Amino acid sequence: MEAAKAPAPPGPEGSIPSVARRLALYQRAGGIVTPLITALIAFLMGGIIVAATGHNPLTTYRDIFRGTGLQWLIPGVGNRSEAALNLQQTLIITTALTLTGLAVAFAFRCGLFNIGGQGQYFVGQYVAVVVGSSWAGLAGPAHILLAIVLAALAGAAWAGIAGFLKATVGAHEVISTIMLNWIAIWGGKWLFGLGGPLHSSSSSDAFNPVSSAIVEKAKLPVFWGDPVLQGLHIGFFIAIGCLVVYWVTLNRTTLGYEVRAVGFNPEAARYGGISVRRSYLLAMAISGTFAGLAGAVDMLGWEFQLATATIDASTIGFIGIAVALLGRNTAIGTFLGAVVFGALYTGTSTRNLTSSFDPKLASNLTLIIQGLVVLFIGADLLVLYVWQARKKLRLPQRPRQAA
Amino acid sequence: MIEGTAPRMGERSQLLAAALTPRRIGQLGIVLGALAAWIAFPPVEARTVVWPIVVAVPALACGGFAISRGERRVGWGAIASGVIGGLLAYLATLSGTTHLESVFVWSALVATSFRYATPLVFAAMGGMFSERSGVVNIALEGMMLAGAFFGILGADKTGSWILGLVIAALAGGLFALVHAFFAIHLRADQIVGGTAINFLALGLTGYLFIQTYGDNGTPSSISAIPNIKLPGLQHVYFVGSAFGNLNLMIWLSFAVLILSYVLMFRTPAGLRIRSVGEHPRAADTVGISVYRVRYGAVVLSGMLAALGGAYLSIGFVHSFNQNMTEGRGFIALAALIFGRWRPFGAFGAALLFGFSSALAQRLQDYSQSAGTLFNALPYVLTLIAVAGVIGRSIPPAAIGRPYKKQ
Repeated sequence: MEAAKAPAPPGPEGSIPSVARRLALYQRAGGIVTPLITALIAFLMGGIIVAATGHNPLTTYRDIFRGTGLQWLIPGVGNRSEAALNLQQTLIITTALTLTGLAVAFAFRCGLFNIGGQGQYFVGQYVAVVVGSSWAGLAGPAHILLAIVLAALAGAAWAGIAGFLKATVGAHEVISTIMLNWIAIWGGKWLFGLGGPLHSSSSSDAFNPVSSAIVEKAKLPVFWGDPVLQGLHIGFFIAIGCLVVYWVTLNRTTLGYEVRAVGFNPEAARYGGISVRRSYLLAMAISGTFAGLAGAVDMLGWEFQLATATIDASTIGFIGIAVALLGRNTAIGTFLGAVVFGALYTGTSTRNLTSSFDPKLASNLTLIIQGLVVLFIGADLLVLYVWQARKKLRLPQRPRQAA
Repeated sequence: MIEGTAPRMGERSQLLAAALTPRRIGQLGIVLGALAAWIAFPPVEARTVVWPIVVAVPALACGGFAISRGERRVGWGAIASGVIGGLLAYLATLSGTTHLESVFVWSALVATSFRYATPLVFAAMGGMFSERSGVVNIALEGMMLAGAFFGILGADKTGSWILGLVIAALAGGLFALVHAFFAIHLRADQIVGGTAINFLALGLTGYLFIQTYGDNGTPSSISAIPNIKLPGLQHVYFVGSAFGNLNLMIWLSFAVLILSYVLMFRTPAGLRIRSVGEHPRAADTVGISVYRVRYGAVVLSGMLAALGGAYLSIGFVHSFNQNMTEGRGFIALAALIFGRWRPFGAFGAALLFGFSSALAQRLQDYSQSAGTLFNALPYVLTLIAVAGVIGRSIPPAAIGRPYKKQ
């Protein structure tokens, strides 16, 4: 049993590996198979709950799958135009989830748990909607660029607060990012709510707690589908670009090397001459940049106006945690995780799910599956036990015999 | 005569100097800062900002003195108190007296503060047990939500709020058991596990709520936790309307506070919990079962958080909505950290946060936006607390670290 642990150097508290060390081990432990198994078990358990409450899990999952539009990828099946419409929705959500997933993944690589993706996402949304709804005289591309860059910077600054506190006084980033989430939520409700300083200037919104609407020119162009029916906007390519940036930064730059080194072992990194504080600060700021971008592309791509009700309802930042964990903090994995959860999110939405199964039940089923995925992936020991037990049984014993 | 008393004056001033340590002066500054705010509000209601300033400036001076003599924490506290008190007083003088008097009905504010604080107190006490034993519990939110739903479900199906509370505690304990199993036996990352529990609780309660009650919501005739009417107090000024008609759970929360304190700091069990949270290896060496203590503490934390949630649904609001806790579990966590993982500290923080919620609710009446912004206060204060501007909150040493038996 004991041998299933990582071969970590025994510290004063015994061999308790850091989060990053566990993740690194987990990374090696089972390729793409373990996340697949994890997801499968989660879906299976979700199905059991569906069955236990008197619904048919097979037809439920079939209808959810139909709502995702993923069948569009298989030519010649079903209603093509409806599938295309649904797939566009799925990919819109996938775009945002890829970015919020990266926000969690990048911090993870530095040994930090950025649970504040939601707040950073909101801050990005606030800045994007304010910039996008003012300066109507700006040229379209410049306006879009300005809104996106400022939103990304806002996300970076918001996460940077947590990074700064971690770097200077050692405040735990989980606590500070949770607090920052809620400050962003209430701050947004105040800013854009009735009587708030950024409440919509349009007289028709006098009694709606909403922001001003994005001007037409600042909306992201749609490249697939009908803009009126929420086609897929070019934010999708921003997300893909960020995946590349993520991979290159982590694997091909000094900064990425330092971030990973700190993630593996901060003490060793410090001994090796790496500024751990700088890495913490930068890792959080870069994470926040991704989340801020997510907020910007959602706002400029399809929301166009912020209602305080959506501040209560949005969970894009939180799903990013599940996305990053399922994708094991790799670029490709994060994208695939984003597709899975984007599909699930879209397939269970009121708009896309046409079934005898109530979409309200289905959206909660999404949460359950998400929770199970996070739970099982968090318990890497289960996975490690299955995948590495045999190999690891012998490895750590050898040095002991030698000594 | 003057000559005769001179030596005595010297003695007295020595005595005075001994009593007026920099620390005491700093504390005096904190009180003065609060006083500066107080005189601008009903019933005193100074209508010019002069009087608050007259009081706030000495508060700042006391703070400066305390800092110069090395009492930094109290000193900065006094300065913060003076600045905030002065600002609040200034804001109060800006608004009309009718507004002030409609918002600041103190006895009603006290009663409402208790109502908002009680779920926080239960959850924060629960969180204290878990975190003091070394297991991070950011799943308080989920456990609270589970308590809120299963409490009302139990009260509805059995027709008894007592059984509702029992079922809520069992449900919360069950969620906590899952968290404990993953955190302790499987040595999963506790924050990841807690996040998962939060998602799971949100999904499961939402799913079962829709499945059971559909779009109609919970029925209005559910057995509710009764209020305790204190007959002798009803007509006593202030006390009557503040304490005369509080919910049973509010009184229970006071009991839970005292029991938690006694259990944690006056019994061997509490010592075990704390030792396991500070240095599990040492605790193991002297024969304490680290796993058993941690399981107990985490399950207890889930049950307490769930009771707080149940109060919310069957004691306070009398209905259930999806995600009805709305981050109260995280406020409880904030209260725990703000109160430095101590029972009375956490209780004080919960009261403060409850008061800010109560004030936010009353402010809605005349300025909705101000009321909304007020809701962010607990989180801002906690962020400041973890940042260590006014004395840092330092968590238990072994928090978040799984323990492996040797």
